[in-house]
Amino acid sequence: MADSALLTTADGRPLAQALAEAQGRARRRAFWLVVPLLLFVLVSFILPIGQMLHRSVHHDGFSANAPAVSAWFAANPPGTQPDEAAFAALAQDLRAMQANRTAGEAGTRVNYVLPESRSLFTKTARSAKDMTPPFKAALLAADPKWDDPRVWAAMRSSSSAYTADFYMVALDFERGPDGSLERVPENRQIYVYLFVKTFVLSGLITLICLLIGFPVAHLLATLPMARANLLMILVLLPFWTSLLVRTTSWMALLQGEGVINDLLVWIGVIAGDGRLRMINNQTGTIIVMTHILLPFMILPLYSVMRVIPPSYARAARSLGATSWTTFRRVYLPQTLPGIGAGSLLVFILAVGYYITPALVGGADGQLISNLIDFHMDKSNWSLAAALSAMLLVGVLILYWLYERLVGIDRLKLG
Amino acid sequence: MPADADGESSLAVTARAESFVEFDRVQKSYDGATLVVKDLNLSIAKGEFLTMLGPSGSGKTTCLMMLAGFETATSGEIRLDGRPINQVPPHKRGIGMVFQNYALFPHMTVAENLSFPLEVRGMARPEREAKIARALDMVQMGGFGSRRPAQLSGGQQQRIALARALVFDPGLVLMDEPLGALDKQLREHMQFEIKHLHESLGITVVYVTHDQGEALTMSDRIAVFNDGRIQQLAPPADLYERPGNSFVAGFIGENNRLPGTVEDRSGDKALVRLATGELIDATPVSITEKGSRTVVSIRPERVEFKPEMMPPGARTLDAEVVEVIYMGDILRTVLKVAGTDDFVMKMRNTLGQTRLAPGQKIKVGWHPQDARALDP
Ligand SMILES: Nc1ncnc2c1ncn2[C@@H]1O[C@H](COP(=O)(O)OP(=O)(O)O)[C@@H](O)[C@H]1O
Ligand SMILES: [Mg+2]
Repeated sequence: MADSALLTTADGRPLAQALAEAQGRARRRAFWLVVPLLLFVLVSFILPIGQMLHRSVHHDGFSANAPAVSAWFAANPPGTQPDEAAFAALAQDLRAMQANRTAGEAGTRVNYVLPESRSLFTKTARSAKDMTPPFKAALLAADPKWDDPRVWAAMRSSSSAYTADFYMVALDFERGPDGSLERVPENRQIYVYLFVKTFVLSGLITLICLLIGFPVAHLLATLPMARANLLMILVLLPFWTSLLVRTTSWMALLQGEGVINDLLVWIGVIAGDGRLRMINNQTGTIIVMTHILLPFMILPLYSVMRVIPPSYARAARSLGATSWTTFRRVYLPQTLPGIGAGSLLVFILAVGYYITPALVGGADGQLISNLIDFHMDKSNWSLAAALSAMLLVGVLILYWLYERLVGIDRLKLG
Repeated sequence: MPADADGESSLAVTARAESFVEFDRVQKSYDGATLVVKDLNLSIAKGEFLTMLGPSGSGKTTCLMMLAGFETATSGEIRLDGRPINQVPPHKRGIGMVFQNYALFPHMTVAENLSFPLEVRGMARPEREAKIARALDMVQMGGFGSRRPAQLSGGQQQRIALARALVFDPGLVLMDEPLGALDKQLREHMQFEIKHLHESLGITVVYVTHDQGEALTMSDRIAVFNDGRIQQLAPPADLYERPGNSFVAGFIGENNRLPGTVEDRSGDKALVRLATGELIDATPVSITEKGSRTVVSIRPERVEFKPEMMPPGARTLDAEVVEVIYMGDILRTVLKVAGTDDFVMKMRNTLGQTRLAPGQKIKVGWHPQDARALDP
C-alpha cells in the first residue's frame, strides 16, 4: 500500500500518527483508572507471595552468625576433612554467638538439615569462652558429636544464605555424611505422605461435591422460579453462617453421642456399643469439608446449566435418543465448563483448607496446611514457606492440566 | 411410515386412510385452572403440509409439543398412523423436529449433529456417512460437515437443522417457527426450499408460525388458532377469501370492518343496516338471525369505485378521499365511509388508473359475495 503513507486527517496530520495519539489518550486514561487496583494487587498479592517464595530459599541464621566457619566452607571444596583451622573458626564463631546470644538461631538453621543438632550449638556455645587451642580437641571434649561428618555436612549446607534445603526437607530428604541427598528414615517421613494425602482427600472431596452438586445445580436450573429461589437460599445458607458455627453443629451431629449415632442406634442399624466414629478423624474432615465447599461446586455448575436451553434435550429426544443417551451425549458435554470450574475451585480451596481439619480432623484428618500452620507457630518460616510453595506448584500444575484438557477460556465461574 | 396393516386392524386403517395424524378431543392445561388447548379436533392427511397459524400464546407450540411427546395431553387422544401415541415416549415416536433456535448441538460438528439420530438407531458407519452426505447435499450444505454450528450463519444453521430432522427419514416433521430468526429475504428463500423438500420427499409437515404470509404461501391447509381453539381450518385461498369469523378475517390480510345490524336474511343473502343508516348487501357467514348485530368485512382490494366494475344493481356508499398513499404496485386510498375514516381501498397502479385527490367525493361498492357478514 504505497499511498497509505500519504493519507492524512482533515487537519493535515498523518493518519497513523493521529490514530496513535487518539488511542494513546484513551489508553493513558484507562491506565490511570486501573492504577489503584494494580497497586492493590501488587501489595496484597504479588509482594506476599514473592516474599514467601524468597523465604523458602533464603535463611541466613547460620551464615550471618557463623561468618568464620562459612568462610572456611567457601574456601574448601565439599568433602574436605575439617582441619584445625576449621575447628578454630568454629570456636571463634561459637564465642561470638555466645556474646550475641545467637547460638539458638544458628542451631535452628542447622537443625532443619540435621534434626537434634540445635542443642549442640547452644550447649557448646556456653563453654566456648574458655576454649584454648588445639580447638579440635577442645570442641570434641565439649561434645564428641563435633566429630560427626553429618554435622559438618549440615553446617556446610547451612553456610550459604540461599539454599534448597527447605525443599529438601519438605520432600523428606536429608544430607548424608558426604553431603549427598538421602531419604530420611521411614519413621520420620511425613511431608510427602501428607502432600499425597492432602491431594487424595481433596480429590475425593471434589468428587463427592460433584456427585451431590450436579443434581442440585440441575434442579436449580430447571425448577420454576419460586422454588428455585428457595433452593438457592438453602444452597447459599452456609455462606451466611459462621464457619465455626457450622463446624460446631457438625460436631453435635457426628460425635459418638451425637444426633446421627443416636438415630442409628434407635433405628437399630448399629448397636449401642458400636457407635460410628465420624468426627475427629479423616471421615470428619471429609464430611464437613464437603458441606462447606459444596456451594463452590453448585454455583458454577448452575451458571452453566441455566443457559443451556431445554430445546437441546428435546431435540435429542426427538432424534431418537433415550433420556440416558441425551444426558450423556448432549447435556453432560455442555456442562463441562461448569464441572471444570467447580472442580478446580473446590479442589484448590480444599488443598489449602486449614480450619476444618484443625477442628474436626483429629490426628489422621490433618492436611498439609495444618503442618504449615504448625511450622509457622514454631517460627519455622522458611520451612512453612517451602511447603506453601510446593502446594502452590501443585495447584499450578493442576491448573495447567486443566488448561491443556479443557481450556481455561471455557472456565465459567458465574 | 410403512402402512403395515395386519389383518385385524386393517378395517381401522382403511377407515382412517386419510388421516395420518389425528387429534381427538384433545385438551391441555398446565396449571389445572385454565385450558391452554380447548377441545382440539384435527386430522392431517399423509403428505399434507398443515400450518398452525395464530397469535402468540394461542396454544400452537403446546399442540406441537403434545404431538412430539414433550407435553402430555390432559385429556383426549392423539393418534399417529392410527396408533394412539399418548403413552409413547418422544424418542420412540420417530418424528423429526425443527426448533426455532435450531437446537444444533454446539459441541458437535455439523456431521456429528447429523450422525446423532443415526447412531442412536444403531446404524453402521458407511451407511451413516452416505445418509449424512445425502442430507447435506439436499440442503446445499455439502462442504460444511466439519464445521461447528457456531461457525455458520443463521440461514446455514437453519438448513442443518432441517437436514438433521430429515436425515433419519421420518414420516412426519414438525417445525416450530423455524424461520422466525431469519431476515425477510432469507426467510422467503427458505420458505421456498422447505416447500420444495416437502414435495420432493413426500413427508407430512406440521408447521407452526405466526406469520400469515408464510402460512399462505407454504401450506396445503391452515388451522387458524386463537385462544386455544381452531377458528378455521381451510386451504389458504379459502381462508383469505372466505374467512369464517371476524377473528380470521382480521388476523389474515387487511380488511375493512363495517358494524351494523342484520335487517333481512334470505338464503345466501343478507341485508345489513350500518350504524349510520345506510343499507348494504352482504353474504351471511357467522350470523344467526334477523336483528342480530354483525360486522361486515370487505377486503380492500375488492372495493370498487367505478360503477362499470360493480355488479348491476349493487348498492353503493358515499365516500370521501382522506389520503392516497403511493406504494409502487398499488395505490392505497384511505376513505371516510359510513362513519369510519380508516376505510381502505387498494387500486392497482395501472397505466390508465384514475388519480384520486384528497377531499374528492366518490361512491364505493363491491360484489355482495365479497362483503361477509360475520359475528361482531
Ligand atoms: N410450560 C408451560 N407451563 C405453563 N404455561 C405454559 C407453558 N407453555 C406454555 N404455556 C402457556 O400456554 C399458553 C399457550 O402457549 P404456547 O403453546 O406456547 O402458544 P404459542 O406457541 O401459540 O405462542 C400461553 O398462555 C403460555 O403462557
Ligand atoms: Mg410458540
